[in-house]
Amino acid sequence: MTDTVEIPTLLPALPEIVLAVGAMLLLMVGVFRGERATKGVEAGAVLLLLLAGLIVVWLPAGKLVTFGGSFVVDGFARFLKLLALAGSAAAIVMSSNYLAVEKRGSFEYSILILLSSTGMMMLISAADLIALYLGLELMSLALYVVAAIDRDSVRSTEAGLKYFVLGALSSGMLLYGASLVYGFTGTVSFAGIAKAASAGASGAANLGLVFGLVFLFAGFCFKVSAVPFHMWTPDVYEGAPTPITAFFAAAPKVAGIAMFVRTTIVAFPSILAQWQQIVVFVAIASMALGAFAAIGQTNIKRLMAYSSIGHMGFALVGLAAGTPEGVHGVLVYMAIYVAMTLGVFACILSMRRDGQMVENIADLAGLARTKPTMAFFFAMLLFSLAGIPPLAGFFAKFYVFLAAIQAGLFTLAVIGVITSVVGGYYYLMIVKTMYFDEPAKPFEPMPYELKAVLAVTGLFNLLFFVYPSPLIQAADAAAKSLF
Amino acid sequence: MSWPILSVTTFLPLVGALFIMLMHSDGEAEKRNARWIALWTTLITFAISLILLYRFDPASAEFQFVEKRPWLAGAITYHMGVDGISLPFLILTTALMPVCIIASWLPIQHRVKEYMAAFLVLETLMVGTFAALDLVLFYLFFEGGLIPMFLIIGVWGGPRRVYASFKFFLYTFLGSVLMLLAIMAMYWNAGTTEIPALLRHGFPRDLQTWAWLAFLASFAVKLPMWPVHTWLPDAHVEAPTAGSVILAAILLKMGGYGFLRFSLPMFPAASHDLAPLIFALSVVAVIYTSLVALAQEDMKKLIAYSSVGHMGFVTMGIFAATAQGVAGGIFQMISHGIVSAALFLCVGVVYDRMHTREIAAYGGLVNRMPLYAAAFMVFTLANLGLPGTTGFIGEFLTLIGTFRINTWVAALVTTGTILSAAYALWLYRKVIFGPLTKPTLAAIKDLNYREIITLGPLVVLTILFGIYPKPVIDLSAASVAQLLDNYERAIGAAKTAALLAH
Repeated sequence: MTDTVEIPTLLPALPEIVLAVGAMLLLMVGVFRGERATKGVEAGAVLLLLLAGLIVVWLPAGKLVTFGGSFVVDGFARFLKLLALAGSAAAIVMSSNYLAVEKRGSFEYSILILLSSTGMMMLISAADLIALYLGLELMSLALYVVAAIDRDSVRSTEAGLKYFVLGALSSGMLLYGASLVYGFTGTVSFAGIAKAASAGASGAANLGLVFGLVFLFAGFCFKVSAVPFHMWTPDVYEGAPTPITAFFAAAPKVAGIAMFVRTTIVAFPSILAQWQQIVVFVAIASMALGAFAAIGQTNIKRLMAYSSIGHMGFALVGLAAGTPEGVHGVLVYMAIYVAMTLGVFACILSMRRDGQMVENIADLAGLARTKPTMAFFFAMLLFSLAGIPPLAGFFAKFYVFLAAIQAGLFTLAVIGVITSVVGGYYYLMIVKTMYFDEPAKPFEPMPYELKAVLAVTGLFNLLFFVYPSPLIQAADAAAKSLF
Repeated sequence: MSWPILSVTTFLPLVGALFIMLMHSDGEAEKRNARWIALWTTLITFAISLILLYRFDPASAEFQFVEKRPWLAGAITYHMGVDGISLPFLILTTALMPVCIIASWLPIQHRVKEYMAAFLVLETLMVGTFAALDLVLFYLFFEGGLIPMFLIIGVWGGPRRVYASFKFFLYTFLGSVLMLLAIMAMYWNAGTTEIPALLRHGFPRDLQTWAWLAFLASFAVKLPMWPVHTWLPDAHVEAPTAGSVILAAILLKMGGYGFLRFSLPMFPAASHDLAPLIFALSVVAVIYTSLVALAQEDMKKLIAYSSVGHMGFVTMGIFAATAQGVAGGIFQMISHGIVSAALFLCVGVVYDRMHTREIAAYGGLVNRMPLYAAAFMVFTLANLGLPGTTGFIGEFLTLIGTFRINTWVAALVTTGTILSAAYALWLYRKVIFGPLTKPTLAAIKDLNYREIITLGPLVVLTILFGIYPKPVIDLSAASVAQLLDNYERAIGAAKTAALLAH
């Protein structure tokens, strides 16, 4: 009898279980076979991520709840889990050549990404503060280690240490906020918090709740690298080995935004007016900083760090609306953002000359003549990041601003679109370097796995406008599942 | 009527561009193939657009050749169609593209493949802008044109091309994003972005004002209107000849088309109230830029400033909102499309020979280039609005239309025609007349057959429509009449409401 009860309750968490068990198995393989197993572990990790994705799709439809309500699988979770898994899988694929060539091929890398992905999945499904913290820490600890994986490099270890210290601080703030919220509502479950907040609408309790919320937001902002908790981003992006930067820029951002959105929308709908102003501020500050600070950058990884800060600001514009349309915008934004980011990093990873990675924007000079196809896709991805139609990035911005206008957040929308013009400048600078400048020495040939990632993301980006409705509808269904 | 003729016209150039990009051959063969594919694509597109013209029923004010398919989830659809206001611009686009390709035949010698592909992509986006019947789709085409134009100016442009391309891109982008927000606000108010439905929808008063201003931000930059015109001289001077032609003849017209399609009919009350603002800007544009044109030393820059002045007539005519004013505005845009395109081609002719656009470097060209002098004369006279050329019809109609509404504006703008005569004739005298003393010009050759092919049809059209403008005016008459009917009704309703409120 107990068996029949046990199996269905674990079912919603099956993808996470598969990932965790698989990661441990691969770790065993790696430990016993040593460095020879690196390629095999990589392949195994990608297969595991694909398997987890398939299970997410295969899970029975509708809202599945388990572990006493602290773990939910709804449309929202499914959408973002698939996105995070895709980001992680692409990161492993893209790192394969780099790690082999740079002789840093250690099998732990893939396993850490697997563990981190498990944490992301947990985070995306978390429906109470404890599950949220568990997922967050599992994800983050693995991230701290991969940031420093190039342990002989000062830059990499500095990046890892910086990330760890600041990350620990932000986790502390998040925990403090969680304890305040628990103290004022008497529960850690999101649904319970929402009920308590709307029932006991007395001033003192609400004020305490807002205090807790602010601390929670500090933690969230750190994880999605939103201003004012963005300081780690440029240094970590620049210092970490490039494939790891590519990983940081995609999947963990998805998980971070997922936790931000789910917590805010599910647990705090009754104090919307209070958190809305915080999110509006964070969004404006992130967009503005992302746009202005990136202008002076010469290192492309650092530039992408500021660009990602800006993009998180745009995604938060959707959250600021606090409506199903807004969440829809966030989901569309994240899906397109992940595709664009992976494509851009596939290009950055193929900036290799004389057996050395190069990272300066000036190194791209004249790429349109030495490597026309790569330059074309890269340029289109950059125009897309700037939000120029008919590329995918336009639709991403379109939906978040559509929601902001509906919610009457006109100031936010106007500032947002103006910063997107300012941001357009530095993307154009890269295009200018590639297309208008005299060619520099050509790069080495692009490894085939990077070609594949660039082709998939580049074509998605170019042709999204032809048939956009599947993604738009999936995001719509996912967003509605949260309300 | 079963095949989607508008979609074919729109996307055929894109197919050509794809073909050119996927083509693999080396050196001269590649250049030759790219040129021929581009030429044939634009010619076939032009032929198809002529079928469109032939089948179009000018007596009806409705949208014709309508196509509608689901696109983005929800109320945003792929919706195409043309009426009498958009069709002339569409034909102008498809007609000028082959001219541009031929004009770039020899001047463009490096990266020919990319150049031709960029032009074809641009054609798709321009035709789409005029054919879109959904605001979001319109925005997609309108804004997408920035990418190929940015590359055309930046890759094949002159010495200051980077500055010019960035200025062009960022100015236009900034204007358009504000329009995008207005589009969103309209969507939430009306529940749709379909243009025919929005034309029937009455927007509340305050939304009208804000949306009107946001659309103004976009179209004023694009048109361009004073004081946001400063990107235009830079872009024109640095762009390659065909780029200047497209910029002056078609991209600028998108702004005027936008005013006619959106600002005037969708926000009639705001248009009525804010018309004085437009009049003021138009007067300044006409007088100020004509004076600036007088002081130019670069031929392209002079023509660029004269374009801004001529667009002042357009905005004045459109917002006068009288039958003559609006018809004149449309005619002036078509006329300017032909004449400014031809003037830039004329500059291109001597630039290809001498590699300078300094007015002072020329003089006495009539002695060596009689054919060129004749063609240039026709366009110069059209540019200053001599009766018997297209320029006269447009300026005259807009002035009559405005005279009924505001005599002072009409009077002030008329001085612009005198100034335009001054700079146009001055340019002509400096370049063409006088003794041919400069040794560098001694061996200059007259028009070759390729240049005759490009300029010849434009000479014919300039004179033909100058004497017999009826075909162009008739094409849009029904649509303009309906637009003004609706406008008058909306203004009347607003006035009644205001009276009742007192």
